Amino acid sequence: MVQLLEKTNMGRKVLLEHINVPGIQGYDVYRSKGGYASVEKALKTMKPDDVVEEVKKSGLRGRGGAGFPTGMKWSFLAKPEGVPRYLVCNADESEPGTFKDRYLMDYIPHLLIEGMITSSYALGANTAYIYIRGEYFYLVRILEQAIAEAYAAGMLGKNILGTDYSLDLYVHPGAGAYICGEETALLESLEGKRGNPRIKPPFPAIAGLYGCPTVVNNVETIAAVGPIVNMTGDEYAKIGVGRSTGTKLISASGHIKKPGVYEIEMGITVEDFIYSDEYCGGILNDKKLKAVVAGGSSVPILPADLILTTAAGEKRLMSYESLADGGFATGTMLGSGGFIVMDESTSIVQNLHTFARFYHHESCGQCSPCREGTGWMEKIIHKILDGHGTIEDIDLLWDIQRKIEGNTICPLGDAAAWPVASAIRHFRAEFEEYVKNPSNKREVKYYFHCNNIDTAAAYSSL
Amino acid sequence: MSELKEVRFSAESEVLIQNLMKRYPEGRQKSALIPALHIAQAEFDGWLSAPVMDKIAELLSIKPIEVYEVASFYSMFNLKPVGKCLIEICRTSSCWLRGANDVVAHVEKRLGIKDGETTADGKFTLKTVECLGSCGTAPMLQIGEQFHENLTLEKVDELINKYQAETKHSAYLDGTTFRKN
Repeated sequence: MVQLLEKTNMGRKVLLEHINVPGIQGYDVYRSKGGYASVEKALKTMKPDDVVEEVKKSGLRGRGGAGFPTGMKWSFLAKPEGVPRYLVCNADESEPGTFKDRYLMDYIPHLLIEGMITSSYALGANTAYIYIRGEYFYLVRILEQAIAEAYAAGMLGKNILGTDYSLDLYVHPGAGAYICGEETALLESLEGKRGNPRIKPPFPAIAGLYGCPTVVNNVETIAAVGPIVNMTGDEYAKIGVGRSTGTKLISASGHIKKPGVYEIEMGITVEDFIYSDEYCGGILNDKKLKAVVAGGSSVPILPADLILTTAAGEKRLMSYESLADGGFATGTMLGSGGFIVMDESTSIVQNLHTFARFYHHESCGQCSPCREGTGWMEKIIHKILDGHGTIEDIDLLWDIQRKIEGNTICPLGDAAAWPVASAIRHFRAEFEEYVKNPSNKREVKYYFHCNNIDTAAAYSSL
Repeated sequence: MSELKEVRFSAESEVLIQNLMKRYPEGRQKSALIPALHIAQAEFDGWLSAPVMDKIAELLSIKPIEVYEVASFYSMFNLKPVGKCLIEICRTSSCWLRGANDVVAHVEKRLGIKDGETTADGKFTLKTVECLGSCGTAPMLQIGEQFHENLTLEKVDELINKYQAETKHSAYLDGTTFRKN
């Protein structure tokens, strides 16, 4: 179980309002706190398109990382006569640094079930799936229990709440593959295949699961639909700042005093988030802040000065726009909200090695720039860390990442390229230090961990 | 050539797989493949042999190659025997920042094996894995369904002692994980 933060911050809560209520994991307590009100409101008083309209008005943007407007994504869904439509929840949370969906499903599973029902109604889906990463098997148990309770209460199944709307909801576990967080790879996996992303178009809204129109949304996105329907889209849009409406779950980890999941109202300052006692509580052991990866492993890493203030000297805010201010030259992205903090003692090159190894391990192998490039980048970083690198290697690394970016079917290639590019952009001196001063040599022991390498043989050759 | 024994699932597993197949539309029973492989792995000592995969193909009415290509893609499926207790230690950024390397080194020393190896008595296999979504409670490791978080070397020792005495296989799931639909 993830740690439950006893004193969560004071800001406005939309998703985690009742997180500290004893027994909120169960149906009865959840219902007594106003749970499933959005299902009643939507099914009994609204047409499906009215629900879509509320979500559009709310300004809700995809919480999985891309930040695409959810209402617009929904409005792209094709509705041919006699063809089933599907809603699939993306619970394949695997972006390093991100654990908010796990927290949400663990502590308040019915919020997701409620969102699935209200959203499925809006989209006209009669079957919906929650695709959850296989490593979260203990959550499969929790979700199955919650779904069983919802069926027993008449919130799922035939003629929900006596209306003519019916919905079946199932949990489907994956089996360990980051790539299945990409929506078309997820659909392939759900069809019982390898998780190779599909070429788009057609987009899932036209041809998704089993070739039928499908919407794939992140856990946090779907969980927000219930509250949006309850409070209305206009009210939700008043929370937050500018086009970053609503609240966002931030997974905070690394060298901070209080790691955990925080629901923040978008627009608080990054400085506040890191240093205030309401949130991260400052840097562990009161060391100095060195760098932050603000939105999960794939977004550009920023040094302390640029994460706290933009290049223009304004305070950086926790919002889609502010974090992206300055483009990749001096900015980053909100991404999935996986906020990894590093203190002054951290080696940026070593940390980058864990990312490069990750993307190499997780590349599906379909496109050569990614399949070959991720492995090549990992090897070069390994070589530099080992004290055998040259200045040309740093340039080569830059060159490889540039040739992966934008040249693959899915965004995994970009996700692998950006951390490398940003580490060189902002911390090139540190790479050079490893090259010029091999006494910096550090051991990277786990390089050979790869399914098709005989580890014993690999170690004996070291 | 060694003789292949006929693979038989327990009645419970077969019923479970049949039930899971009903979650997908008519003609789309292949969707149940990944859950079925998890069930098979839990029943057959934590790994998938070719005969076990062939049996799954038969149950789902698909070709064996369709099972092999999936089983070899996903990192949770073991295509070689593993120890009774599979220790999976996260090694990605946040866990690394909070000392995952020390945890790996400690387990290696304590069990006398390297990453990817199994102890001679077949009790433990050590595997380092990528981010398991436990970054706020790092470092962490997973044994079966269970996450063990905020690890200290003492906690790791306690776990190893506990599983030393365990005779059952550490599996990701059991018969009660899925709801009967």
